[in-house]
Amino acid sequence: MTWFSIIISGIVTYFSRMAMVALIDREMLGTKVKEVLNYVPSAVFPAIIFPGVFFNDFGLFVEITDPKIYGAIVALVVGFYSRSVIATIVSGLLSYWFIIFFLLR
Amino acid sequence: MLSKSKIFFKGTVAVLPHMLSVIPFGIITGAIGVELGFDPILVYATSLIIFGGASQIIFMQLLSGGASSLVAITSVGVINSRHLLYGAVLSEYLEKLSFIKKLFISYFIVDQGFAESNKYIKQNKNLSNPHYYVLGTGVTLWFCWQLSTIIGIILGSFIPEELGLKFAIPLTFLAIIVNDLRKLDHVFVMLVSGFASLILFNAPFKSYIILSPLVALIAAFIMLRFKK
Repeated sequence: MTWFSIIISGIVTYFSRMAMVALIDREMLGTKVKEVLNYVPSAVFPAIIFPGVFFNDFGLFVEITDPKIYGAIVALVVGFYSRSVIATIVSGLLSYWFIIFFLLR
Repeated sequence: MLSKSKIFFKGTVAVLPHMLSVIPFGIITGAIGVELGFDPILVYATSLIIFGGASQIIFMQLLSGGASSLVAITSVGVINSRHLLYGAVLSEYLEKLSFIKKLFISYFIVDQGFAESNKYIKQNKNLSNPHYYVLGTGVTLWFCWQLSTIIGIILGSFIPEELGLKFAIPLTFLAIIVNDLRKLDHVFVMLVSGFASLILFNAPFKSYIILSPLVALIAAFIMLRFKK
């Protein structure tokens, strides 16, 4: 039964990856839709970022003093000015670790 | 002009920074599966067959918690439906490929790979073989994901939980969109999506992951109308 579930889940997931690439003709999409598609990254990723920063493991809002919030702010500022993916991630992690290992001890 | 292998390699390099979140996340996924009591082969099969981080964890958690297969499959489908949006964007660059090649390359469409490919190809409009960039990002992420889940399955979660490496996940996605904060229209769409996700977080089947982007895209559509 578990194997069955994995395979069906795999097919569903693969379909979501493949459908728009292989089955849909781009001519079918109007210019308006194509314009809106420019916003896909800006529309998808905040929905992963915000809960990751503002919720704890139990799905509750974190306190305003939560280290994740400050780590995210540092990453945001560093990323904005450096335009570097690695600098964004590393600065966020380091500032987060600095807070939890040094300031909160 | 860049050769195909050079374009592929550029894609590989572009996703390397994301390994800071992908590899720990993969190890955790493998380790959680074993901890939940699944056969190691089954745990690995989720990486190979489903190949989608968060959805694999939720899939295994649901099944081990006694949820029905239907609930588990539905959750995976809902969480992974965001790939439809990635496909819609990438289809512009993959249009000229044969049907078989499209079927093949689709398997490798992943969040970070999509984002980096989209960024690079937009900046290099005259790129002759953009699909090699997509493949470079996707195959690299695939390989590291497979390897790291195997490591997690064998070694368990040896990464100390105190490190809070889960926090690397929002950071890796922040790194992807941070540059677009220069554009007010994008900032607007991001805020709509972000706040929608906080409000919709407890919607069934983790559907906030697809509902929030849809709300944000509708907002973008309305915004574009007013701009004209």
